[in-house]
Parts: sequence; structure tokens; C-alpha cells
Amino acid sequence: MFRGSRERSSADDHVAYGGLASAESRRNLLLPTLHEVQSSVGWVSHGALNYISERLSVSPAEAYGVATFYDLIATEPRPERVAHVCDDIGCLAAGAGSMLDDLRDRLGEPDEFGGSIAWTRSPCLGQCEKGSAAFIQVAGGDDVVVAPATAEQVIEILHAEKPQPSVSPSPIRQDTRLLGRTTLSLSHHESHGGLEALRKALTMLPGDVVDEVTASGLRGRGGAAFPAGIKWRAVGAEAGPKYVVCNADESEPGTFKDRVLMEEDPYRLIEATTIAGYAVGADKGYIYIRGEYPGALRRLSDAIEEVRDRGYLGGNIAGSDFSFDIEIRRGAGAYICGEETALFNSIEGFRGEPRQKPPFPTQAGLFGRPTLVNNVESLMNIPAIVLEGGAAFASIGTEESTGSKLFCVSGNVLGPGVYEAPFGVSTRDVIDMAGGVDGDLQAVLVGGAAGSFVAGDQLDVPLTFEDASAAGISVGSGVVMVFNTEVDMAPIVSRIATFFRHESCGLCVPCRVGTVRQEESLIRLRTAEDRDEELALLADLDVVMRDSSICGLGQLATVAVQSAITIGLIGAKS
Amino acid sequence: MIEQRIADPVATVTVTIDGAPVTMPETATLLEASRAAGADVPTLCYLETLTPFNSCRLCVVEVAGSRTLVPSCSRMVEEGMEVQTDSDRVQHTRRMVYELLDSTVDLSLVDDETTRQMERYGVRTNRFGDGYRRTEAVKIEDDLYVRDYEKCIMCYRCVAACGPDAQNTFAIDVAGRGLTSTIATEYDITLPDSACVYCGNCVGVCPTGALMFTSEYRMRESGDWDEDRQTVTTTICTFCGVGCNLELHVQDNRIVKVTSPMDHEVTSGHLCIKGRFGYAHIQSESP
Repeated sequence: MFRGSRERSSADDHVAYGGLASAESRRNLLLPTLHEVQSSVGWVSHGALNYISERLSVSPAEAYGVATFYDLIATEPRPERVAHVCDDIGCLAAGAGSMLDDLRDRLGEPDEFGGSIAWTRSPCLGQCEKGSAAFIQVAGGDDVVVAPATAEQVIEILHAEKPQPSVSPSPIRQDTRLLGRTTLSLSHHESHGGLEALRKALTMLPGDVVDEVTASGLRGRGGAAFPAGIKWRAVGAEAGPKYVVCNADESEPGTFKDRVLMEEDPYRLIEATTIAGYAVGADKGYIYIRGEYPGALRRLSDAIEEVRDRGYLGGNIAGSDFSFDIEIRRGAGAYICGEETALFNSIEGFRGEPRQKPPFPTQAGLFGRPTLVNNVESLMNIPAIVLEGGAAFASIGTEESTGSKLFCVSGNVLGPGVYEAPFGVSTRDVIDMAGGVDGDLQAVLVGGAAGSFVAGDQLDVPLTFEDASAAGISVGSGVVMVFNTEVDMAPIVSRIATFFRHESCGLCVPCRVGTVRQEESLIRLRTAEDRDEELALLADLDVVMRDSSICGLGQLATVAVQSAITIGLIGAKS
Repeated sequence: MIEQRIADPVATVTVTIDGAPVTMPETATLLEASRAAGADVPTLCYLETLTPFNSCRLCVVEVAGSRTLVPSCSRMVEEGMEVQTDSDRVQHTRRMVYELLDSTVDLSLVDDETTRQMERYGVRTNRFGDGYRRTEAVKIEDDLYVRDYEKCIMCYRCVAACGPDAQNTFAIDVAGRGLTSTIATEYDITLPDSACVYCGNCVGVCPTGALMFTSEYRMRESGDWDEDRQTVTTTICTFCGVGCNLELHVQDNRIVKVTSPMDHEVTSGHLCIKGRFGYAHIQSESP
């Protein structure tokens, strides 16, 4: 306490903005800074890490822990160009195996980082409708995506003077509520009715906007299907500062709808995020976008700048009292960061490990503050809900699953791509929308790697949250991946187990060790004499991981494997 | 005038543990409530003096209405919770967690309590064939302590003790991801090159013997380590005026290890390099 002889004035203050407070304010810059070094020189050296640590007041050991968490950040020397080539289930089913063989013949084994170029295998890159894909990290330039990809193209880009992306446009065959609106500029967005929802929302009370969202019955489209209105209301009721986070870390194998939405119509996502900020009383929004989506990242960054220039982001939006801005954060190759609390840790500059809930994000989320987290597709529905009213939205679909859903159709299907349908259609209907099966149907993976294999009568279950749940399957992120009878399912199921082993953060024992034991058991199962023993082991792992893993990754890592056993794709007595 | 501070009243809540009601302060955890009710709940990553990490999942209990099991060490009691501390699901998780840990790391030096719990839950070894096991040479970089990560269960205790829960040195953290993640300094540099200040608090909290005094390690190697021949003398550290309690573990009239009681109000079990390792002069031979 100040004990001076006169009243204290501001001249007496000697405030140093340093120490812990300043470290806390800088730590969230750790991942962006690591990204900068990585994209400049291709890897993060010890010297670079020490310098970053000093500037950001983060201990080098912690910074190293963060850097080594992510697949796209290298802490050992790497060539300036590294191709990450998808060997995940969607591309495997579509026949990308021969491309991988071709690459090995011409470039040698993967993960040989001694030369001037290198390649490595990658989990699903979210380009599943193309049937093959590569993401190429380019030091000193922009990362590029090639999809569909041939070995020839990948090698060409690894050697090109100025690598250019080569991405065939996603075939959008529908003009629906969410699809078919490729906006090229903000004016273009406005000419399609864009910004009307934001202007209307700003004339409403924030609570009334929340009421419309509640009335719409909108449920989360990222996989968990949580009612959006409940989240919005909970965050709205908390005291500020508060945050809105758009989860664009789309990494569920077989999922690519959010990428398509961001590439086609970024302005609507910005508008929706801003409306969410207004409704819940947040003044800052983050869009956490997957690191392997350079195309969507560029479109969104440009769009945000344009929107801010026009006064629809920043201070006093559209002349109102409401101020709000959006910052993009880029992921760095870690599926777990799509889990909401892991995503917060990632933004904050910590390892992307999930947190034990409760507390829930609506109470203590990003930076420990109340936070609204919504998936891209969920938010894209908001402008229509504001304009047409929640009741109109709720009249689409079924009572418990309102609105429409995007389905990511890939694998052995004649017209792979994103399709939109009102809730109520079955897996078979979705496949028919996509032109039908290429060959004879064997099984369909519904909901992604965290979803289930379905066959037979289950194909006729309506893909609503309530019907799917009753049938023991999950709509998940809307994945419908088709496998014909030519596909050997054992490697596909094993690849799913490999995916979870690779993506487990390692925090909790059931998932850290369970995912590797599941993978090993599946390999043994192919040749096992005593299949019952392996099946019992897999069942034991299933129970402990579902019951006791800390987050959804571990809790769902056995679901697809168990469903494959149940419908006889693997493990049957020979 | 004499001021006497009276603690703020703490509200209580009543929960049901294995069918019996237990009334606890609202700041209590389910673990505390379970133990107050007499339930035998194992823990491994949890330590009273550190923030719960929720990593081992041994302390899980079944809470009515919860889809998944709930780690009792970090979950606060809530009015009306109905808790099963040893249901079939809970038993399954505990047995599997022990089996999964045992299948990857060397649990030979865990404490008696863990050994008892493993027997209680009928842990079977070698269920997972010749799968992945952690293999890494013992790191001996100085005369103070060694790191044997083949015994490391990744409980995060050492990271918390080195970091925000005790020492605030941040010399180590988890590096990598998933099963192959390890506790490491930056770029795995040796401890003398790192920020480590040799307080030894990581050694003090390690539950599996992965971190160990070099003196203990050498004696174990040569077969001389014998806890039955050891006495523990509690004294007060003489290096400064803080007044830390020291427990000197003495074998054959030589100090072989120094710890501090966890419930000591000054140390909470933590020490500095002087208290923990500064005992060589006591037993040095005169020249």
C-alpha cells in the first residue's frame, strides 16, 4: 500500500508491463511463430526455438513440447520441400495405392529427410472427392495442394521453381441452401443477399437472436450434434470478456464439407461468426483452420481483410455500437486439435491436449473465458436462421434433426462430392444422389473414422441424429464413404486404427496405449489361429477406451473397428 | 484489539457413495468424498500437492447420469451425485489401465500401494503379445539423479513439479505425441545444459522410480540397496532460514537419499538443490 505523504497521482505509478502478465499475453503467439519459421526455412532449429522462447517468454522445453506435438512443424533438419501424400482410407479405396507405389519407386522410401526433397505418408487431407491428394510444404513459399495427384505431378512440384497448386474444383452439382454459391468478393456476396442477416441481427436484441437459434433446433454439425441454442444461451448469460471460436480444423477422415464451404463462400462464414459474436456478447472471434487447407486459408484471410475494410469487422460494425473482429489461427497437423478444449490449448500456445470437462467451454473455454465453439457448417446455417426465422428452419428435416445436412460422399461411388439433403434421407439415398455405387456395394463408412461401418438393412436407416443413434450408428461429420466388393477391408480397418494411434495426443493411458494395442491386435487378427482371443482383447480395449478416455478421440477410436467386426468385414472365422 | 480471522463458512453438499450418503464441503473432490466414505480408490498420477492431470484414469468412478466414467481426483462434488466406486465398469478400467501400463513400461519399482491394487484387480501380464514397449537407455548425466524412461508412465507429475506447481523452472515438458511421447528438455539436451536447477523435486514426485538419486541407482546396480537396513531421520535443513524439514534416509551410517514430508507446511515435499543434494560434506573423508 502507498504510504506517501500526499495523495497518490498517476505520476507515482511505475508500471512495468512485463513478467507473468506479459508472458501470458504473448504465449498465444507461439504456434503462429513456429509456423513462420517452419515456412521460411523448412524446420525449426534449436537456435530458432531459443530465440522464439526468449521473445515470447516461454521456456524452451515447453516450446519444444509444443513444436514436437504437430506433424507440420519439424524440429530436425528437413528438405525445403516435403510432400505429405494421403494414404488414408478414402484415397486407398479410390485406388491411390498405386500412386504411392509409384512414388516409392521414383523417390525412395518415405520419411528419408536427408536429401533435397522428401515425401511422407499423411492421414486424410480432406480432398477425398478427388481420390488422391498431396500437400506439399514449401519453405520460402506458399504450401500447395495437389488433388487429384499423380506421382508425376508431386515430383514436378517438388522440383518446380515456383510451385503452383493444382486442385480440381470440387464438383458441386447442387444449388441448395448451403452449396452452389461461389462468392468472389464482398459485393458479390451482397448481391446474393449477403450481409442482410448481419444488418438484421444488429437491429435485434442479442437475446432475440439467441432465441431464433434456439427455435431453429440447429444441432452441431461437427460430429457431436449438441443443440446450438443451449450453447449460445449459456455463453450469452456469462460475463465478458467472451470469445467465439469457429472450429474449422476439419480432420475427420472422409470429411471435406467445411473446406468446400470456406473455399466457395468465405463471406458467409465471416458474417455468421460476427452474428454469433453479437448474439453472445463476444468481442473477439477466432477461426481455427486446418493447416493442410492453404486454399481455404487464403480465401478466408483475403475475405476477412475485405470485410474489415468495408467496416463489417472492427470497431462499430455497420455504424452500430457493436465491435468485433476475427483472427485466423492455422493448425499444424494434429487431428486432436479439432476437439474443442484441445483447440483452445493450441490457440493459447500449449500442447494441443484436451482438458477434462467440466468445466465446459461455455463456462471456461479459450483463455479460461466463456467461449462459444461452433463448427463451420453449423455457423453457415446462421444467416438463414436470422433472416427466415428459427421456425422456418425447424420446418425442414425432422423434429429432432432440423435443417439440412451436408454429406461428404467418397470412395467407390460414381459422383463423389459434397451433397446437401434435408435430414431424413438414408445412407442409400445419399449414395443414390451421388450417382450410385461404382461396382457392387460391400460396406459404407458412415460418420468418419470415429463412425461405423454399415451394410445391409442399416443402409436404409434415416441419417437423422435420433434414428442413427437408435440404430447404434452416428451421423458424425456427414461422411459417407463407399467400399465396393473389390476392396480388401482388413487393411482399411487397420488404417483406421493406425490413424488413431498416430493422432492420440498421449495424455491419458486408455487412448495412448489402447490405440497401439488395438492396431497391433488387428494385424495379428489377420493371421491369428485363435481369433477369439484377439476379439476378446479388442472388446476389452473397446470398453476401457469408451468408458475412460479423457476426450472423444479415445472414446470413439474403437467404434469403427467394432462395427467392422459386428457386420463381418473382419475377424470372421475362416 | 485482537483480531481473529474466522474462516469463511463453506457450504456443504451431500453425495451418495456406494449407496451411503456422505456430506462434504463443496470444495471437496469425489476422491476425497469416496475416501471419506471408506472406499478404496487407487490413484497413480494424482498427488495431493499437485494439480490433477487426469492422465492415468485409475481413480475413475461411475457417476449416475454420466456417459463416461469420471476421474474422481479432479471432479468436484455436486449435490445429489450418485457414485459407484467399484462397479464392474470401474473395475474393468482399473484392471485394463494397469495391464496397459504394465505392457509398455517397467513397473518393478512402483510403491507397495500400487502393487496391492494390481493384485486386487487381478492384473494379468503379457496379454498384448510382443507389441510396443518403451526402450531407452538410462540417462546418467551427473552425480545427482538419473532418468530411466523405461519406467516412465507419463503421469506428468515431474513436469508439474518442475513447472507451475512447485519450482517454476520449466526445464522439462512432454515432447512428441501419443505413445512415443517422452519427458524431455528442449531438443533432448542433457540436464546440465538445460534450465534444470537440480532441486530434485521431479525425483520427489516420481511414482515409478523412473527418476532416482544417482546414489540410489548405483547402489541398486551393485546390489547394495537395502531398505530394510535404512533408517529415516527427520531434521531441519541448516542451509537457510526457511526451515524445511528433511528426511535423511541412512544406510550403513551414510545418507543415501533425502526427501521432505509431503504434509509439511513449508515444503509440501519440495526442496531446493542444497537441501536435497547438499549432504556430501557430512560424510566426506578428511584429506
